[in-house]
Amino acid sequence: MTTLAPHPVSAPVSIPQVPHPEGLTPVLRCRKITKRFGGLVAVDQVDFDVYPGETVALLGDNGAGKSTLIQTVAGVHRPDGGTIELDGKEVDIPSPLQARDLGIETVFQDLALCDNLGAAENIFLGRELPGKAYGFLPGLNNARMRSEAKTVLSELHINIRNLEAPVRTLSGGQRQATAIARAVYWKAKLMIMDEPTAALGVPEQKKVLSLIETLKSRGVPVIVISHNMQDVFEVADRLFIMRRGRAVADLRAADTNANEVVRLMVG
Amino acid sequence: MSVKSTSLSSPASEASASQDEVLAPSNLVAFAGRMWAVLFLIALIVFFSIAAPGFFDLFNFQAVGANMAVLLVLGLGQTFVIISAGIDLSTGFVMGLASVASAIVMQSLTGYPLPVIILLGLMTTLLIGLAAGTVNGVLVAYMRVPPFIATLGTLSVAEGVAYVLSGGPPVSISTRGLGFFGNGFLAYFHPEAGVSFLGMPDSVTGTAVRDVVGFFPLQVLYIVVLASFCGWLLGSTRFGRHVYAVGGNPKAASRAGIPLAWTLFKIYVLCSVSASLAGFLYVLRFNGGVANAGDALMLSSVAAIAIGGASMLGGQGRILGTVVGALVIAVIQNGLVILGIDPFWQYVAVGAVIIMAVLVDQAKGRFFP
Repeated sequence: MTTLAPHPVSAPVSIPQVPHPEGLTPVLRCRKITKRFGGLVAVDQVDFDVYPGETVALLGDNGAGKSTLIQTVAGVHRPDGGTIELDGKEVDIPSPLQARDLGIETVFQDLALCDNLGAAENIFLGRELPGKAYGFLPGLNNARMRSEAKTVLSELHINIRNLEAPVRTLSGGQRQATAIARAVYWKAKLMIMDEPTAALGVPEQKKVLSLIETLKSRGVPVIVISHNMQDVFEVADRLFIMRRGRAVADLRAADTNANEVVRLMVG
Repeated sequence: MSVKSTSLSSPASEASASQDEVLAPSNLVAFAGRMWAVLFLIALIVFFSIAAPGFFDLFNFQAVGANMAVLLVLGLGQTFVIISAGIDLSTGFVMGLASVASAIVMQSLTGYPLPVIILLGLMTTLLIGLAAGTVNGVLVAYMRVPPFIATLGTLSVAEGVAYVLSGGPPVSISTRGLGFFGNGFLAYFHPEAGVSFLGMPDSVTGTAVRDVVGFFPLQVLYIVVLASFCGWLLGSTRFGRHVYAVGGNPKAASRAGIPLAWTLFKIYVLCSVSASLAGFLYVLRFNGGVANAGDALMLSSVAAIAIGGASMLGGQGRILGTVVGALVIAVIQNGLVILGIDPFWQYVAVGAVIIMAVLVDQAKGRFFP
């Protein structure tokens, strides 16, 4: 790999590391994560840690393996090698449901909302609150789900007037906010956002970034996958850069700049 | 960076959500768009009431209700399938097979008490429904065969088995008293003998039977029970919510932890069971089963669902809509017969209504939410 490296490092063991306080257990600790698709090694022995309350930007060019890495944590893909620890305990994450049960909430690039359902229905999707139908039949507690949705949305300063209107009638920012509210409501231990500001207008991008700040202030660590350098430097405490399936740098945001990051990304 | 409480509301959502704008013209259009099937049904009833003497009559309405039973029950389960963005082409012949199989079982039990005959007939029906639904469900949900192809295969198998079992002609049942369950009424009235329930007054015999009038056909009772059950299942349960989610965005549903395959499997089993129950209603009504009893009804039931506002792309639809859609078709058929118009024209009329339903559905996105 040395021939490819104009920057000092390329092997996962020797990348520039941000020193972390001794004794602090990372919320997420990935060790030697490997994922292959046929002959393609999408993620190659990557070590990746996330500590409480920090926002980590995961950066890399297309095909760098950042989405694949994150999808092994989100239960979408199973790694072919390596271990994942959550709060110091090794975990197996065979499905997205398992990931959610472990407290890993993901806001996917394609939002993972059901367009035909309302905001409240989406927030409780898959975890509907039981209630009574017509007063005597088992059913759903729609009133409670709506009021809880309203509460969490207003806590996040998100204004959606009609929680029953299909989310396809909402703006891109409102939809993104609904997905984030879902993660907040279910007390995410770790929040993953895949391109959260892509396809949004500027005011809505600001809103989403402020939501990330809100999450940080609540002590929820956030992993943000993004192409947008400006966004990254606005919210991230730390930058984790990948190239061709490998980790190439792990930097404090304050210690670097966009030029260096781009150079590391493209190699 | 500080958290600002700026609103994310888009102008579009504000317009549609605002309470005080309910009477704005655009909202009236939206309301008419959502309710057009009901408005159309009312218009049809008004039209036939004026144009067709004898149409606006309690007993004619009861006949419409009883006549639509098989069509509606065929459509109840299909509604779940269509909301899940699928299609079940096999319902018509699953219905036919269930009618033939249960008729054979019931005929072979001739001489046994009526409740035993009905119960075993019903169990045969449900077994056929479960078997066909399991095949469809495994193919579509677990083996990922496109629903159109999977259920086309099941259609052909069910058709073949039904013809093999019956040999072709209808299988009739000669047990007395069975007809009541298919054609009877909840209550009867005779000017002299008075009112009786679930059977004619005992004192009425001979030609006096002609003076007896029935109220509330049992077929209508069956569809009220089945439609209420399906309405509850779809509208008020977790399973129902998941049906909408799977039809709206299967990827999102699965990432939210909804078991995609298992939900689809249950939907297809439900659909076949509902088709087989339609077959049982047919057996009760005609005291026999025919392999092709539901052949023409499958498309009519899908038409009823489309008229009821379900999207063929999935994610949208209601049981109440299917009921209204079935009523529209039943009223058209009944009204045209009373008007003395060649019954073949009803296909043309129903076809026109289907096309109208699809156009209204498409306009939904463009002109109103």
